[in-house]
Amino acid sequence: MTVRLVLEGVSKTYVDRRGQALVALEDVSLTVAAEEFVAVLGPSGCGKSTLLQLVAGLLAPSAGRIYFEGARRDGRPLTAMVFQEFALFPWRTVQANVEFGLEELGVPAEERARRARALIELTGLAGFERRYPHQLSGGMRQRVGIARALAVNPLVLLMDEPFSALDAQTRELLQEELLTLWERTRTTVLYVTHNIQEAVFLADRVVVLSRRPGRVLADVAVTLPRPRPAALAARPAFAELVERIWGLIRDEAREALTG
Amino acid sequence: MSAAEPRPTDARIPVEDRTRFLRRPEHRALRALALVGLVLAWEAVARAGWVPVLFLPSPVGVLAEAWAMTASGELATHLAASLRRLLLGVAVGGGLGVATGVAVGFFALADAIGTPLIAATFPIPKIALLPLLVLWLGLGEASKVAVIALGVFFPMAINTAAGVRQADPLLIRAAVAFGARRWSVIRKVILPSALPMIFAGLRLAAGTALLLLVAAEMIAVESGIGFLVLHAGNIMATTKLMVGIVLLSLLGVLSHWGLARLERLAIPWRAG
Repeated sequence: MTVRLVLEGVSKTYVDRRGQALVALEDVSLTVAAEEFVAVLGPSGCGKSTLLQLVAGLLAPSAGRIYFEGARRDGRPLTAMVFQEFALFPWRTVQANVEFGLEELGVPAEERARRARALIELTGLAGFERRYPHQLSGGMRQRVGIARALAVNPLVLLMDEPFSALDAQTRELLQEELLTLWERTRTTVLYVTHNIQEAVFLADRVVVLSRRPGRVLADVAVTLPRPRPAALAARPAFAELVERIWGLIRDEAREALTG
Repeated sequence: MSAAEPRPTDARIPVEDRTRFLRRPEHRALRALALVGLVLAWEAVARAGWVPVLFLPSPVGVLAEAWAMTASGELATHLAASLRRLLLGVAVGGGLGVATGVAVGFFALADAIGTPLIAATFPIPKIALLPLLVLWLGLGEASKVAVIALGVFFPMAINTAAGVRQADPLLIRAAVAFGARRWSVIRKVILPSALPMIFAGLRLAAGTALLLLVAAEMIAVESGIGFLVLHAGNIMATTKLMVGIVLLSLLGVLSHWGLARLERLAIPWRAG
């Protein structure tokens, strides 16, 4: 219960073939407590996807440390990831995609099928178990992505702009679904987005990153009560918060626009 | 244009389908007719007596000869001998080719060692190696199977390596994000990604295998379709020779069709 994800002074510099250095993240410090939903908000190219990949162990930081405090090695994976482009395995059915992480954890087949079933029910995929990803709509595909990640019961669920490849209506529906799901499971979430409304609607805290190189500009607590209704966006408190965060990054966004 | 339709005037310009010339109808009947037509024309030429039977036996004659050879068991002997060499060669060459392709495509070390070696040996026409293989492995079955395996190995290795390199990095990262280690990534991401390319390699290899089979069977054998063709030619048994050629053509068509079916079975996730 007291597990925390800690990033301490994390920097990431990419060096290309010609030796040109590109600083993606600079001195980012951040803590995510258990059962917390933290959104990392930033303009495109601010290194927020890099941040998630560092936490997932898919990249090595150039400086700084990333660790899970209070975690035990009990077979629960530290992280699982939901990708913007879904990243489902095209040769696996919905069922087999959801079971992938469990396979790698060495969960026996029967237990795997049982846990995958439960997640398939929970994410509204029942009846689609034997379909292949190409037979599903974008929204359904991302439900598979979410089910696959939740199936392994990670300490922290990493979500990399999970709904930005979807059309506006589907995105809104899935945001509501995710919120309902999260209020039920309370999985710790680190959620990357460039959408202020989305960040405020979903998260307990919004960490605002600057333009490249990404630095923490602000750490805004979202005090809106839960469970949050779908119509939250119509409330003045919501609009106020969105406006405040927009104020923080407006200048940055304008700079980005004019190059 | 029907009479009721208004004539184009300056005031009204109808929009036409401008892509009409791009359409490609299937012409199914014509497809069948082309093949039947060829056989009919061949029969007609043979019957008219313009060409002596020694040079061009008629299709009906070839069919009758094939029937007689089937009844005597001669055809089955040759076919069985050839299929055995073909399947063994494709299995050995294909297995080694896929393994080499995965290694070269995935491991930097294998790439560094294997790629120059493959580049240097791939252009050698495999038929040229047949005498050498006979010298090494003797006149028996081993040298025949080996030359087919060699011919199959290269397209399989090269295509597999290309397929492995084409594997979507995003899917590899996703697998790693869910705890996959090296062998899991190879088995569950790299190999399925490479499967379409592996099948393309197999289609290429099938043609090469058939070619090398016939060449190999022209040296010191007593059975096989290649032997049948060579021997029949030597004794001017043209009808028998044609049976062999038609059989080879059938083998080619069947292997192509069989591979296409196998591919659809092995890759059920392909859209469409």
